[in-house]
Amino acid sequence: MRPSTLTVWRWELRKLVSQKRTYLGLGLAAILPLIFVLVQNLHQHEGHRNENIFASHITQSGLATPVLMLLFMAAFMLPLIAALVAGDIVAAEDGNGTLKTILTRSVDRGQVFAAKALAAMTYGAIAVFLSAAVATIAGVASWGFHNVVTFSGSVVPAPEGLLLVFAANACYLIPLLSVVAIGVLLSTATRNSAASVVGTVGLVILLYIVAQIPGIEGIKPYLLTEQFQNWQGLLRTPTDWTPIAHSAWVCALYAVPALLAGYLVFLRRDVAGG
Amino acid sequence: MADEAPPREAMADEAPPVRARGLVKRYKEVLAVDHIDLNVRAGDVYGFLGPNGAGKTTTLRMALGLIMPTEGTVELFGRDPIRAGARALEGVAGFVEAPRFYPYLAARKNLELLAALDGGGAREHIDEVLEIVELGPRAGHRVGGFSHGMRQRLGIAAALLRRPRLLMLDEPATGLDPAGMRDMRALIRRLADEGITVLLSSHQLPEVQELCDRVAIVDRGRVVYEGALSDLRRQGGAGYRLRSTDDDRALELVRTQMGIEHAANGEHGLVFQAEEQDVGALSLALAQAGIGILALTPELATLEDLFFRLTET
Repeated sequence: MRPSTLTVWRWELRKLVSQKRTYLGLGLAAILPLIFVLVQNLHQHEGHRNENIFASHITQSGLATPVLMLLFMAAFMLPLIAALVAGDIVAAEDGNGTLKTILTRSVDRGQVFAAKALAAMTYGAIAVFLSAAVATIAGVASWGFHNVVTFSGSVVPAPEGLLLVFAANACYLIPLLSVVAIGVLLSTATRNSAASVVGTVGLVILLYIVAQIPGIEGIKPYLLTEQFQNWQGLLRTPTDWTPIAHSAWVCALYAVPALLAGYLVFLRRDVAGG
Repeated sequence: MADEAPPREAMADEAPPVRARGLVKRYKEVLAVDHIDLNVRAGDVYGFLGPNGAGKTTTLRMALGLIMPTEGTVELFGRDPIRAGARALEGVAGFVEAPRFYPYLAARKNLELLAALDGGGAREHIDEVLEIVELGPRAGHRVGGFSHGMRQRLGIAAALLRRPRLLMLDEPATGLDPAGMRDMRALIRRLADEGITVLLSSHQLPEVQELCDRVAIVDRGRVVYEGALSDLRRQGGAGYRLRSTDDDRALELVRTQMGIEHAANGEHGLVFQAEEQDVGALSLALAQAGIGILALTPELATLEDLFFRLTET
């Protein structure tokens, strides 16, 4: 009996778990919230009066910390962490010659590609939720599990706030997984880990630059980077689903062609390395 | 990929282990493989010989579905790996160039991964194949610390996990020390004796001569000979070596005899080609001329002689 794609995916995860570099990104995702909370504690911070509502309530509820961390990390840090693995996941195997090892077993190329893309997405999701979990624990430990304000200024009870925090992180996965899809495409097409990681991060930077160009405001809502903060709709009262729905279809325009192109390249490519 | 109907399966099982027809691989201006035909029969230990860059590894990569042929087809037990994907590799195992593993995983973990990708009961055979290649005591060690020879043996173990009917090995003895080469040959011989068809790509002419019964010799992407090794050596002509009490006079006499060709003074006596009955007449003539025969021995052309004759133009 031939193995399922889930079996291949599980082994992709085991490979990730066995590599030290996997922990570089996860370490960053975990340590930044800790540094943030530590600095806030050392400065006995009373709130940033002129910044957003969560910054001004940082010491009033520990649940403000994961929201602030997501605001901070969503723009660049989490895409960078996701790109570290997505850009490497096919290219590294090509460079090491292990791609030929697994492609001469009883799994089809399509299964291997799907498992690799899923593993890279799983890693991205783990990084997001790890960062959120560390920020929540550190924030609550420092400032307590209290009611939290939303972007609209209304107060929600702590349990509901906790749910919203994790739902917001889940919404952020929509654009992040598009970044992963682009990373996997570059990894497959370039066969070069460094080029793929740099290319993915470079694309994010490029889109930020494009967003600043005067006269092309019309395309701004369709840039991938513009979707990185759309999860904030979830933290408004009432919930504003419009930016989230917009983010979903715009991100699909990036992710689906990237995955399809990566899949086709992977199916047809010559595996001559190693 | 849709499942094939049972009658097709039965046909596939009867099909030869490897059949290539008009196989071509072109990289831009470089023609790496030029209309290669191969016929590996069940039970063969088939030598695939050729100088560096002749197209051996490229051909094996196409056979394993790793690279796409520019033209032509290759089938393993009747299935095309490009069209049938992983199904075409059922009953097939091997490696091209050096076998590669995950250096950060232990040998056993690598085999567990590959067994998972093979499905079925492959995992149950891990201990057995590690014992066959004598890596049992090092199974828990990371492959990153393995020597070249140990990786080669682990490559064989990984191939055997698949319980192959066809084993495709690309230079399995390259980089091994003499003892490692001897062990590798013994292992291949043992596997062949168990009924596994072996396609052995090799630079090692003594290895091919010792192990293989049929060969294909490739040169510049083309097959210049395919067939039984014994036929090839017969085509090379029966040679004889003569040591006498007077080699100079013997050479003059040999050159006058009917049916004797290519006579020359060699390093250890005269060498010439002739049919057996003509050698009998020659020995009588030498005796009548008063030339004593110290040794008259038949010599078959070596594979090396034939290889260079076919590949050097």
